[in-house]
Amino acid sequence: MSKINIKIEGIPFQVEAGLTILEAAKQCGFEIPSLCAFNHGECSKGSCRVCLVEATGARGLVASCVYPVAEGMEITISSPKATAARRTSVELLLSNHNKNCQQCEKNGKCELLHVAKITGARDDMYQGSQTKVTVDRLTPSIVRDTSKCILCGRCVERCKNAHGLGILGFENRGFNTIVAPAENRSFANSPCILCGQCVSVCPTGALMEVSEIDKVDQAFKAGKYVVVQTAPAVRAALGEEFDMPIGTLVTGKMVSALRRLGFKKVFDTNFAADLTIMEEATELLGRVQNGGKLPMITSCSPGWVNYAEINYGDLLPHLSTCKSPHEMFGAVLKSYYCEKNGIDPKDMFVVSIMPCTAKKYEKDRPELSNDGLKDVDAVLTTRELGKLIKRSGINFAKLPDSEFDNDIVGEYTGAGVIFGTTGGVMEAALRTAAFKLTGKELEKVELTNVRGFDGIKEATYNLAGLDVKIAVAHGMKNAKVLLDQIREGKSEYHFIEIMGCPGGCIAGGGQPYVKPCFLPNEDADILDTYKQKRASALYQEDESKAVRVSHKNQQVMDLYKNYLGEPNSHKAHELLHTSYSARKAFKD
Amino acid sequence: MAHLQEAAVKKINEICDRYVNERTPLMMILSDIQKEYGYIPLEVQELVSKRTGISVAEIYGVVTFYSFFSLKPKGKYVIGCCLGTACYVKGAQQIIDKFSEIIGIKPGETSEDGLFTLDALRCIGACGIAPAVTINGKVYPKLTVDAVPNVVAEYKAKEGK
Repeated sequence: MSKINIKIEGIPFQVEAGLTILEAAKQCGFEIPSLCAFNHGECSKGSCRVCLVEATGARGLVASCVYPVAEGMEITISSPKATAARRTSVELLLSNHNKNCQQCEKNGKCELLHVAKITGARDDMYQGSQTKVTVDRLTPSIVRDTSKCILCGRCVERCKNAHGLGILGFENRGFNTIVAPAENRSFANSPCILCGQCVSVCPTGALMEVSEIDKVDQAFKAGKYVVVQTAPAVRAALGEEFDMPIGTLVTGKMVSALRRLGFKKVFDTNFAADLTIMEEATELLGRVQNGGKLPMITSCSPGWVNYAEINYGDLLPHLSTCKSPHEMFGAVLKSYYCEKNGIDPKDMFVVSIMPCTAKKYEKDRPELSNDGLKDVDAVLTTRELGKLIKRSGINFAKLPDSEFDNDIVGEYTGAGVIFGTTGGVMEAALRTAAFKLTGKELEKVELTNVRGFDGIKEATYNLAGLDVKIAVAHGMKNAKVLLDQIREGKSEYHFIEIMGCPGGCIAGGGQPYVKPCFLPNEDADILDTYKQKRASALYQEDESKAVRVSHKNQQVMDLYKNYLGEPNSHKAHELLHTSYSARKAFKD
Repeated sequence: MAHLQEAAVKKINEICDRYVNERTPLMMILSDIQKEYGYIPLEVQELVSKRTGISVAEIYGVVTFYSFFSLKPKGKYVIGCCLGTACYVKGAQQIIDKFSEIIGIKPGETSEDGLFTLDALRCIGACGIAPAVTINGKVYPKLTVDAVPNVVAEYKAKEGK
């Protein structure tokens, strides 16, 4: 790209041609207040008008997020005209906004409030009509409240970019415009997979997870035996809720916090990840040896399972019948664990801390229960755990480290930890499949071919003379490529890992928000690097574990010996496996 | 998509395929469907989405943005009352109110017998003959409130009602 000369606030700079004023200013060390623009133009419609600046050669003020720099352009950010215009833009947005900020769950992380503060927007400058409001609370996962929506379109773009889905769109015209699924339907009656990627980019409280903190409070109040489990990705991101740098591993502090919150037992979902691997690797080998449906596809990600049920009903026999790890854990806790510890399963209340909004939906699925008891009773996102800790008077940064409970369940290996990032389930499964096929451990357990963030990763491993072909995809846009191959009968793979969210669980829809305006101490390119940083934290924990293969998890072995029999046994099927059914995209 | 008949599915796919080489085919496709069937319900939007890869929400957005497109079947006679500036100052509001009163529907609605749809239009470019009304393309210039009952009666008579 050729360089051009511009001036910002009278200071000369050389920048790449083709940049927007907003990006160019950022590179030159300026921060123009902006709202709708996001992630290097992933969304930049110039719709909110918050980033207005003066630029020579332009007629009037321009939205810097869409206006390109030009040779000789002089840009003024701080003139009275520009600052007043930005303030007016924010005041106009506020005039049609539900300003119950104090009750709003987004308070503290709201980008609209942030720019209001920066631009000095005054209260109630413009009073007029309010657009008719829709609040959709029908799904167990996501609340959509149009009274908080500023029509920036970030969610619209994210859904398209991550999944090729485009569940949300702009509808109607002018003042009646809203962002909604077609026909302003509930997510529940649309092809939404409830992954929460839209929630993770929403600048305001228009899209939020359904909070289940109250449910947990009530369980404590009712005197239930409340236990908690945490997914691997949570420990790699929870620290961010307490202003720690992205990629800080906080396993020990998280366990201490959960114990202080009063949970009777604090377990690691990784135990069940190891259990999943035993079941899934056995299922895979069974399919390979007995001519079963191949490729087999992982089923840990409830967003992906939703997508499959809605869009690829014909391919459901390809999905592993394994429940997702936290559901397996719930089932084991309410059977094996209760039995061994003399607890009535009806008294037990299992809370899962997950990086995911789709898990909230998953836990309510009727298939995921035994004897009328749900495997998991409540799912909190990483963000909700952050809130729970903050309100409880815990100074997270000063907490000592503690260990997960592992009396008869809870022990975990490095293989379980890496479930939290794309390629992790595959890597963990291969470590165990290799042993099962060859009778020998892999010399090197790090399978780097399946690591990293390429949309589709593929590899072939020769195990005991068998060429095992595998592929890994994350985000439904990538998954679709592999699924269409299967549909057309062209797929050569034995085993495919699919994760709903791009990057896997570390970038799940329930993870702490990554909003550069609230992260002044992170690198400028944090939106490009945060997934890598969180994933590194998990690989770091994997490396630190003495045992890194699931089949050497002693407690998992004991569970088989004392209770389940062997992987894929009748009992294992009853407790640890599930079924799927095709669904309509738009329910009537 | 159970409600769509095979012939309709075939026709809609054929319409989509007319514009495969266009960079932005959606408007043309929807326009042809609107002309062919008089409306574009969700089932049809799903079909267009499948064929073109454009999301249903985006299609729905376009359908609801342009008043030319309709989600519900329109009546046999579509009465378009211009409420643009010139027509408005010449009393177009009273005219649309009169249509509304006589037929018993609000603007945007279709009568139960399927005979009439009443649409409020923005400027139709006929300011010289304001207030202007169009019925299925036929223009009624300088319409007066008193003349409205006759206009409605004229179409009812055509249908033997």
